[in-house]
Amino acid sequence: MSAAVDAPRRWRKTPFIANPWLRWTLLIGALVYAIWAFTTLPFDWQRVAQGVERASRIFSGAFPPSFARHELLIDGFLESLKIAILATLLGVGLSVPIAFMAARNIAIKPIYALGRAIIIIARSFHPVIVAILFVKAVGFGPVAGILTLTIYSIGFVAKMLAERIEEIDWGQVEALRSSGASYIAVLQFAVLPQIMPRQIGLAMYQLDSNLRASAVVGIVGAGGIGATLMNAFGRYDYDFALAITLVIIGAILISEAVSGRIRRTIW
Amino acid sequence: MNDSVTERVWTRYSSSQRWWRFASLMIVAVAVAWSLSTINIVWPWVWDAPNQIGDLFSRMVPPDVSQLGTILWVLIETLNIATIATFFAVFLSLPVAYISAQNTTPNRATLWLGRFILVSSRSVNTLIWALLFVAIFGPGVLAGIVAIMFRSLGFLGKLMGEAIEEIDRRPVEALEATGASRAKVILYAIVPQVVPTFFAVSILRWDINLRESTVLGLVGAGGIGMILQGAIDTLDWRTVATILLAILVLVIAGEALAAWLRKKVI
Amino acid sequence: MLRISHLVKRYGNNPPVLKDLELEVPGESVTSIIGASGAGKSTLLRCINRLVEPTSGSIELNGVEITTLKREELRRTRRRIGMIFQGFNLVDRLSVMENVQCGRLGYIPYWRAALRRYPQEDIDRAFHLMERVGIAQYANKRADELSGGERQRVGVVRALMQDPEILLADEPTASLDPVTSRQIMELLQKLAAELHLPVLINIHNVGEAREFTERIVGMRFGKLIFDGKPEDLDEAAMDAVYSGTSEHDASRRSSPHDHEAVTS
Repeated sequence: MSAAVDAPRRWRKTPFIANPWLRWTLLIGALVYAIWAFTTLPFDWQRVAQGVERASRIFSGAFPPSFARHELLIDGFLESLKIAILATLLGVGLSVPIAFMAARNIAIKPIYALGRAIIIIARSFHPVIVAILFVKAVGFGPVAGILTLTIYSIGFVAKMLAERIEEIDWGQVEALRSSGASYIAVLQFAVLPQIMPRQIGLAMYQLDSNLRASAVVGIVGAGGIGATLMNAFGRYDYDFALAITLVIIGAILISEAVSGRIRRTIW
Repeated sequence: MNDSVTERVWTRYSSSQRWWRFASLMIVAVAVAWSLSTINIVWPWVWDAPNQIGDLFSRMVPPDVSQLGTILWVLIETLNIATIATFFAVFLSLPVAYISAQNTTPNRATLWLGRFILVSSRSVNTLIWALLFVAIFGPGVLAGIVAIMFRSLGFLGKLMGEAIEEIDRRPVEALEATGASRAKVILYAIVPQVVPTFFAVSILRWDINLRESTVLGLVGAGGIGMILQGAIDTLDWRTVATILLAILVLVIAGEALAAWLRKKVI
Repeated sequence: MLRISHLVKRYGNNPPVLKDLELEVPGESVTSIIGASGAGKSTLLRCINRLVEPTSGSIELNGVEITTLKREELRRTRRRIGMIFQGFNLVDRLSVMENVQCGRLGYIPYWRAALRRYPQEDIDRAFHLMERVGIAQYANKRADELSGGERQRVGVVRALMQDPEILLADEPTASLDPVTSRQIMELLQKLAAELHLPVLINIHNVGEAREFTERIVGMRFGKLIFDGKPEDLDEAAMDAVYSGTSEHDASRRSSPHDHEAVTS
């Protein structure tokens, strides 16, 4: 049986979106959106042109970084550290019950909805917004920072923990239940051991995250090194600002390395 | 047979494990105690905090929708900032990811350069980048877009670089054996393998950037943060409530869209 | 015609993996290389297209000295050397047609490769070859949706699309079940005859080597210690190649003498 073909066989790669109408609509839609987005955004090009000159001024003012006011720096940094520690403790602690509430296999429907809602709201607002609100409520200083980062922690840790709880091996729970163990005992011996490694890992990761975030919430007055940085910027102390930024970067790198190392050994 | 009168003991943890557990617990306890005792808190204010928070919330109800039109317009502007910035950052991150991956980087110098770029980008928070760019470009959306771009670069580049390092080398070997140039080998053997990660990571970062762009305005870098700051400064709490609700809707809608898109490209 | 002389491959200061190796492969022929793991079979094959850099020695393919080629020239010469791999080494997420067209990447301009606008003659050739090996119906399927045997066929077509002067096969059947394995070996044998190609096959299944190839070369610790026809590969020769290795017993078990009763 001859396999010879008279007309040449064409071949074209099947496109990512098979339906040509859909494909072209999306493409044109994306193009239209791009043009519209660009044109409606207010760009002040004159100001931009001046930007290069300003940039050079800032950078020359920033070098070399000045550590002259290092007590301020250290104080600010230590305050950020304390905020991070306390917020992680509080946040992770609160995340456990909230995670159980938000796990479909543990909680009943209304509680599940409540748990999920708490997590969604905690996650949707950038910590800076939350910080501003808390600063208005309880005043400047680390309290606002701790409250803010607690919510920030809950948003992440409770979500991850809830997912982990939903993925546990149900067989272990059944085994314990069938042996007549109480509800608490089942939680303690069948559920907790399965989520504990993930929980510790999350706590370490969140400590690291909170340390980073505390530098930022300080910008709006919630304490820590962010406040120090904001002051420096405001006073055009660019060399001090650079010193602060370098310290922040260094702290983040060290904290990331340490937490990564610890997490690897307990995994 | 060999059972003597000595008891057989079972403990959950060996003694060295117990030592480590105790030590870690001690470290945590000390850290917490130190933080609590030395932190600059006025404790009476802490006990009063729930009252204050409740008071603040009571001032926000009911939300004032008189400026809804402006709020929605600025909300869309915020969306655009996030989208445009993510778009550019995604493409800029590709070459950086390429040189930061140990299996594709041309030489050690480029590897360190790539890593340096990624680390600096990741270690400086978006808001701090925004501060810098507001100082350079002046207040406005440009500072915001560039700030988000700079921060996203590190996130995207790191994850893409890891994806590149994890590829199956075998097709690379096969394509090199056919005499294809380096560029074609990348195109056919490497790119298809990292495409799923590429999309997943880009969508994820867009979702995060949506949140980030809501606060850019607080330092003057455009977006809904600016009117939020304005409303807070004038103690117009009921408008603040509306703005917060608008942000909530934007972020939740964005997350739903992102989750849907991610499922589509798996 | 492939001529290898005084080939040495050493990693760092370790003892050499290939020791002063000499091998000549004439035009149209099917040669198998047998040997225990670690004997250097894969290294030898990869030195030919310089996926592994030889430490010293000469490799000449149809008059071209491969060991001294510079980058561009090396690429051009690699185009003429087809290779198929134990792990198939396909790009899983791409379609069979794209995988097969990879064989032409050394010949087509970048824009054609990027846009997948392959020259019509390459498409015709691809379909022709795919029909020859029986996978034309999978042209648009993703490579990872195919079975092992089908994937290896894709690999074979990819190599043949290069219009090569020699075909190298590195344990092409090691990942396949016995039935598919024989099919692939048979395919290689037939293609060698149809396309007048010299084929060099690394193989650990001595039974298949005997059945499908006309010349067997045995390696042991980086040196060739046997070179002859399948009939000449007797127990003594097998011992020389494999003794002291667990491969020896495995090879003996799959000798064709066991199959005679079944296949006659």
